Amino acid sequence: MQSRLLNVGDGKFSVRVYEAGEGPELLFLHGAGGLLAEDPFVTALAKHYHVYAPLLPGYQDSEGSDHLRDMLDFTLHAFDVWDALGLARPVVVGHSMGGMIAAEMAAVAPNEIERLALICPAGIWVDEHPIPDIFASMPFELPGLLFHDPAKHGALLSGGGDFNDPNFLTTFLVENSRRMTTAGRLLFPIPDRGVAERLYRIKARTQLIWGTSDKLIDPAYAEIFAKHIPHADIVRIPEAGHMVIYEQTDGVLAALARLHN
Amino acid sequence: MKFTFFNLMPWPYLPDDFREKHRSVWVDIPTSLYDPVKGHDVYNTYLDELEYAEQLGYDGIGVNEHHANAYGMMPSPNLMAASLARRTSKAALVVLGNSIALYNPPVRVAEEFAMLDVISGGRLLAGFPVGTSMDTNFAYGTVPGATREKYREAHELIMRAWKEDEPFPFNGRYTKLRYVNCWPKPVQSPPPIFIPGGGSLETYDFCLEYDYVYCYLSFTGYKRAQQLMKGYWERVQAAGKDMSPYRAGFAQTIIVAETDEEAERDYREHVDYFYNRCLHVYPGFADAPGYRTIKTLQANVTSQMTEQAVGNVASLSWQQLIADGYVIAGSPSTVVKQMKDLIQGLRVGNIFCLIHIGNMPEDKCRRSMKLFAEEVMPQLRNEWPEYEKDDRFWIHPVNQQAARRAAPAVGAK
Repeated sequence: MQSRLLNVGDGKFSVRVYEAGEGPELLFLHGAGGLLAEDPFVTALAKHYHVYAPLLPGYQDSEGSDHLRDMLDFTLHAFDVWDALGLARPVVVGHSMGGMIAAEMAAVAPNEIERLALICPAGIWVDEHPIPDIFASMPFELPGLLFHDPAKHGALLSGGGDFNDPNFLTTFLVENSRRMTTAGRLLFPIPDRGVAERLYRIKARTQLIWGTSDKLIDPAYAEIFAKHIPHADIVRIPEAGHMVIYEQTDGVLAALARLHN
Repeated sequence: MKFTFFNLMPWPYLPDDFREKHRSVWVDIPTSLYDPVKGHDVYNTYLDELEYAEQLGYDGIGVNEHHANAYGMMPSPNLMAASLARRTSKAALVVLGNSIALYNPPVRVAEEFAMLDVISGGRLLAGFPVGTSMDTNFAYGTVPGATREKYREAHELIMRAWKEDEPFPFNGRYTKLRYVNCWPKPVQSPPPIFIPGGGSLETYDFCLEYDYVYCYLSFTGYKRAQQLMKGYWERVQAAGKDMSPYRAGFAQTIIVAETDEEAERDYREHVDYFYNRCLHVYPGFADAPGYRTIKTLQANVTSQMTEQAVGNVASLSWQQLIADGYVIAGSPSTVVKQMKDLIQGLRVGNIFCLIHIGNMPEDKCRRSMKLFAEEVMPQLRNEWPEYEKDDRFWIHPVNQQAARRAAPAVGAK
């Protein structure tokens, strides 16, 4: 997949952006784990859209995470990338932490974003549905938290590596530490930076997409988001966990298509 | 040489099946394992031991800060130091320390430390740890990747608060104050500052930049600390600083008995309790991603993060703990010999003596403390004759005439 490094934010950030496909512009914001190699979801999106998938600082060779401290920094950073790419009116799609950022963008700039998809977004916490602490989770525990069928899809997380092999683990932990240094600014210790208070501002037609066996962010959060967002619709996808984008890619694409009906 | 008697204040009643039933001694250990009525006795016994240490001639008495931790029951070390300040009159109050990134605003540390220094007549020795990931991130919620930046800012604020004679505004990223005005001011300007570290270059350089004492507080003993302390001294040399051993401190678990055999017979159960029960920490809590620098991570073996390692909790035996230097134990002559190896090998002028260990009862603790003070300490006093006059890194109390007499310590046996 084609990619390039962009300088944005008055020189503070260097951002790797993957770009593929033809069709309507789509900005995809990844979750705390980042993108996979030759990311299968981005590849699938590219069959229908002109996809732009930037990597946050701390992910692969994107740099500048010291300058991302709070929710507003992340939100404006995403708009910086949008501007640098010269996007007009992209469909904005965010998964998990990326969904948290996408929701915030749509609330901060409601006149800029017309179509929004939030795929099992983080950003709200209710005590009835506590979100497991991924910062205290061991690498070998992650597949069980993230997948409906960890046996079938769990190896995606490690790109086929073995979490019980110390050499692989060292590499993984170093990369994971860079990623989570960034993600922690939004997600630690509780992944809630107050977006629920601002969701009422969203004008975009909004598609909420959730795997019915999401063990990280309970599917009950779909209703909570929908309650606050004026034009929201929920699609629930069976046999999918938090990594619904990889476990039921076609189902997610079908749900996205509804934004264009 | 400066010797500080340290008590971590462990909860001594963890059940025998603790490791099987609970994943961690720290962060998510249920308080159903705590009994406040027994706790009353435990705290007071431990404080008595610290007061007794002064009578025995230890240079310092030490407390530290942990949260949600059953082997370190001092969420507020300053409360402990305050109680000790009133009942002692000579020993340094070694508070190792206050995790300055956790206090909001951090001026609170400047104020409380100043109070301790004034009440004690200039006997405060102030520690500024970054804090463990368990305490700082998991128990107190600091964002891992922001911890060090927050720490640096808090340090700047506290040092300025002690130094300035007029109120000043402080426009930090994490703390904004229109009027920083630390009443009271400390007696010492400033108190000696000790920084616990774990081998990162950044911490070495931080200590050298400000002439703070670098302290390695490990439970794994002096033999495993050689490499780390060597790294520190190389850095001291490279920075063109003098090589005073008082720039460094080390914590060591120590047991002194009449004979080597007696040490094993009377103390092995308490060592076992500490190393195999108190140190049972869930590896997921040891290191929130983003807490450690990438450089440090790359240097460390991560095999304890595998599924097999978590399921397989091997016990450390007495023989192993002694052979590997985790614990220095035996007759006075055995201990003197190993302590000399420690002091010269690591080039340290400050020893934090971990003599209370695990669930050690008071009588055994006092016996070991007394033997160390009377039979071991005198033979180690003169290990650094060429630095005898170097008092830059220790307390400077007000003179005796000006100091109030402390209440006589009770509970001395």
